[in-house]
Amino acid sequence: MKVRSSVFASFILMLEVLGVALFLRGFFPVPVKSSLSSKNKLSDLPPEPLTGGSSNTSGAPKPLFKRVVVMLVDALREDFVFGPNGPMFLPYTRHVIERGSSLSFVAKARPPTVTMPRIKALTTGSIPGFIDVVMNLNSPALSEDNLIWQAKTAGKKIIFYGDDTWVRLFPKHFMEYDGTTSFFVSDYTEVDNNVTRHLDSTLKRDDWDILILHYLGLDHIGHISGPHSSLIQPKLLEMDDILKKIHGSLVSKEADGSLPYLLVLCGDHGMSETGSHGGSSEPEINTPLVLISPIFKRKAEMEKPGVVEQVDLTPTLALGLGLPISQNSVGHVIPGVLEESSLREQLRFLHLNGHQLSCLLKDSTPEYQKEAGFEQFRVAEKAHGSWMKLYLEGNTSEVLTNMGKKVLKQYLEALAAMSSALSKQLGKYDMYSMIAGMVFVFQLLLVLLLAMPEALSGSASVDLPVLSSLLSLPFYLLCLFLASVHVLVCTSAESSCYFCSLSWGLVFAAVAFSSAMFCILISLARRRLPDGSQFHGKSPQSSSGGEWMLSELDVLLLAGTVGHTLSLAASSFVEEEHQTWYFLLNTLCLTVFQDVCRKYFREQRDEEEQIVLSKKSQTFSHSGSEMCSEKWLALATPPFTLLCCRLLRSLNQTGVQWAHLPDVGHWLNSSEHKVILSLLSAFCLVLIYLLVQRRCSWVSKVALAFGLVGVYSYRAAVGNVLFPWQHSSRTTSKGTVEARFVYVFVLGILFSGTKDLLRSQIITTDSKLKSRGLWEIYSGLVLLVSLLFRAHNLPVLCCCLLIQTLMAQFIWKKLHYDAAQTTIMHYWFGQAFFYFQGNSNNIATVDISVGFVGLESYVEAPAVFLTALSTYAGPLLWACHLVCYLSSERDRFGMPLHVCDVQAHIHLLLSFAWLQGFVIHPPECQCKSSMWPTAQSHTGPAAIYTKQMSLNRAGCHPGRYLGVGVICDVWECILNTTQARATAAVNNTYG
Amino acid sequence: MWDHEIRAMVSTHALIAASMFMATVLPAVFVLSFSVYGTHLLWLYCTSGAVNAVSVVVFWLLGVTPSTKKNTLGYKLSRLFRACLYFFLSCLFFHTVIVLYGAPLIESALETFSLAVLLTSLTTMRCLCVLGPNVQAWIRVFSRHGAMSVWDTCLQITVACTLIGAWVGAFPIPLDWDRPWQVWPVSCSLGATIGYLTGLVAAPTWIHYHRKQLTYKCK
Repeated sequence: MKVRSSVFASFILMLEVLGVALFLRGFFPVPVKSSLSSKNKLSDLPPEPLTGGSSNTSGAPKPLFKRVVVMLVDALREDFVFGPNGPMFLPYTRHVIERGSSLSFVAKARPPTVTMPRIKALTTGSIPGFIDVVMNLNSPALSEDNLIWQAKTAGKKIIFYGDDTWVRLFPKHFMEYDGTTSFFVSDYTEVDNNVTRHLDSTLKRDDWDILILHYLGLDHIGHISGPHSSLIQPKLLEMDDILKKIHGSLVSKEADGSLPYLLVLCGDHGMSETGSHGGSSEPEINTPLVLISPIFKRKAEMEKPGVVEQVDLTPTLALGLGLPISQNSVGHVIPGVLEESSLREQLRFLHLNGHQLSCLLKDSTPEYQKEAGFEQFRVAEKAHGSWMKLYLEGNTSEVLTNMGKKVLKQYLEALAAMSSALSKQLGKYDMYSMIAGMVFVFQLLLVLLLAMPEALSGSASVDLPVLSSLLSLPFYLLCLFLASVHVLVCTSAESSCYFCSLSWGLVFAAVAFSSAMFCILISLARRRLPDGSQFHGKSPQSSSGGEWMLSELDVLLLAGTVGHTLSLAASSFVEEEHQTWYFLLNTLCLTVFQDVCRKYFREQRDEEEQIVLSKKSQTFSHSGSEMCSEKWLALATPPFTLLCCRLLRSLNQTGVQWAHLPDVGHWLNSSEHKVILSLLSAFCLVLIYLLVQRRCSWVSKVALAFGLVGVYSYRAAVGNVLFPWQHSSRTTSKGTVEARFVYVFVLGILFSGTKDLLRSQIITTDSKLKSRGLWEIYSGLVLLVSLLFRAHNLPVLCCCLLIQTLMAQFIWKKLHYDAAQTTIMHYWFGQAFFYFQGNSNNIATVDISVGFVGLESYVEAPAVFLTALSTYAGPLLWACHLVCYLSSERDRFGMPLHVCDVQAHIHLLLSFAWLQGFVIHPPECQCKSSMWPTAQSHTGPAAIYTKQMSLNRAGCHPGRYLGVGVICDVWECILNTTQARATAAVNNTYG
Repeated sequence: MWDHEIRAMVSTHALIAASMFMATVLPAVFVLSFSVYGTHLLWLYCTSGAVNAVSVVVFWLLGVTPSTKKNTLGYKLSRLFRACLYFFLSCLFFHTVIVLYGAPLIESALETFSLAVLLTSLTTMRCLCVLGPNVQAWIRVFSRHGAMSVWDTCLQITVACTLIGAWVGAFPIPLDWDRPWQVWPVSCSLGATIGYLTGLVAAPTWIHYHRKQLTYKCK
């Protein structure tokens, strides 16, 4: 069956996406969630266990606390409170911790240590899955069962002041609220004053039960100047004063007879040594948790704080307030809190927590009976029942107390075991789906590689032996075999498996497809094989080709691509991938430099005849001086590129090991250097205009100029840069108007480009018009990216354009690099620029604030699009440049260079990326998590962290190519249909 | 064919390798706590000095350096001066390249420059010895099919091996193993040294096995 190569490539691409999706589904299993959609109700609570006879106390136990004040300080690190500087930073809090009636712990937050997932974890008690991290960059109201909902349903009055994420997550839950946006990171006093100003009046009143305060200032200070800055101490002293005020007011309000209060001081996540957060380093995940209430024992001296999970706070608060524990909570109650209540109550609390955990375990794992914790819980429940029986009979002997203590211990062990079993599920892999997905991708990859020479040949079509393989015996045998393997695996699988849960029809289609692919693969390989032997047979003919040697550049390009793939086997190289790319790029520039030198210095005389032949017209038309200046410009280009790369490299430090080093970006962003930043960005915008406008029509030129002015005024409105005539009054706005102004011009340029392109296809087959259309689309993209990039990143864009122009002008054209070499060079540059922007393989470096440019509020589709665009701007711009460059150079390559060729090259690279993403990552993850000391228990943060890293590599990294592949597909479609229509029209008129 | 040259080359290379070995071992007698990692810069200077001295002496004795037509003292002095200048310029060049590769600009500039000195003494010094301070000849040797004698081929091989060694030596730096040889510039200088030693072994071997095919066109 003959298939057009563009159709073939798109087909393969789509199927590869499916395979990747299957793999990813197995790699990141869905988070632990109860299958029930309803929420836990008070009436659903299990009765108190009692052997023989039903118990009469089926309701909830009495609450421990009347009022709860949660003071959440964003990015409060554990050592700010418990460290040696603690008495200096938070004197009152330290005093309470050391002498007062309080309990203090180090609460471990799970990565991603970002505010929104942390708030969700604190309120629902669940650990977010990895799919959640990607899907919920910004989620609307939280629909899961959570503590706030439970409190509201139970009629508690909740007041909230602080970060407006809470207000978005829990709309209509609060009796009174005031949300502050954390949009402007540069402000660290106003955000906290907005919270504190309500405090006095609220504390005086008596009409609330729960008060939640979320202070953002500390986090902002961390982002601006790091954890060792001089701003930290005053901020923490302010927090300490607030805590003192709250505590004092709570103490004064306390009346005899009524239930006591509880004051909770906690942090949602820590702060790394650079002051950022999101990853899983120790200072980021360790947060303090201080519980202050008169029911706790007074302490005589400072004790070393115990270690708990952050999610343990949820069941503790729920039980303390007499609420049902939310359904998906995986934490277990902190035993110290219950210590002062009676033994019966303690057992009751633990029983409730255990019951909730066992329900969740039952729901999420089919093999729940085998879990040790579940069994322990059953035993403990029984013992609890018999204890209750004796207790109710009025037995008050010493034996009973001892027995109760034993039950208590059993309960605690069961809770810990169940909790760890539940969180372990995050670290599991669905091996079968992973293998199925991988086999799928591999088959497609091999087919692609085998069919590549044919697809790139002049006929641009592939002959796939589909029919013959469908009718062959091996196909049916293979189908049978795979189906039996599937049944065997699915019936004997001990854990749930996504591929098994698919419907039979789909599975059978996949099996049939996979076996058909295999047969096609075999026949294609057999067709190739005789080709090879023939090739070897005709040695006299091929000897002329054998003379052709790989140049240094070819060796470098091959070795670099393969070496980069291999380097990903080490997790350090994944973390520090930018180093690899910078290194390779430098070597590439040096090699190109050597080529240029060779061309202009030494081999000029040797190849004089050739040059004269090829450039006959040019040598005559060009004057000598022009040739000379061109020579020097060509010689200067690679060193200039090297210099640019070196400067850009010090603009943004990324990675893990050296991320804390000071970089130019931070220096520029500090408020003292605002003038320099303004000058720099203005200069960059002018340069961008000069570089881009050359190939545009005059309409686009004007639009571009206005657009770039708009970009500057947007940055000025947001407060990043200064207008010369603007006074220093701080009137920062969201800059919506300015950004929309730019969007209008972006759309205009894109429209005019598309119009040119279509016209060139339909009316005239003018290649000049077509390349102008492509360039206009490209410049529209540049304008959009310059709006989205932060002000200090504008030099990246500027250097990108500069290098592209120079390289295209003096290197790629003059040195006669072929399409494959140019493509790989573009690919390397694109990768390096991805990191020059300050990105890394850590998902925390994705700049989400870009999604709000020009929008009043969060709108999902544009926000995701803008974020993706600005994150992958580097690779995208280079890929677009490649398409433009190759199409404008089409005549130079002699053959009808189709977009299809580019597409084929990119597909090859794409396959490489997938190879990297899949073959290497799973073993790497496992070995890293076994190597890392923190991972020796269940799923330490290490395993989660590596998953997070490889999510970005395996999932998003191909995304960088995928985007490019899709772009090419769309181009291909547009061009093909318009061309077909044009030829049809021509045929009609002539025929 | 070329047997005499190959024998001379083997003995030269053996001498140079021996001098490098001595430069690694001998200072331990004089300097307390001398080690390749611990007192890396000292080792680096010792090795560079030894290689420089031995190469100059050996090649001068061998007479590989192209004889000059003028034999006046002034001309010899100017040649010496130019050689020194080229040596220094080459140090600067290597330093620049290393900084472009991402070495910090200001801090640990001494380490970077030491590495540049080592690279210069392993590569440029040899060029100076074999070809003299003559940029044209250098360009000729390092362009394709430019070798005009066995010594030129040998030069090409050793220089390429040294540079590739230093290049490969940079790879372990990002690994989080915290080993003493990952400290800047230990891995690179070790890579360069190992590459150089490999080149010393590889060059005569390669020439020996290809001696039938090697033909050089004369000027």
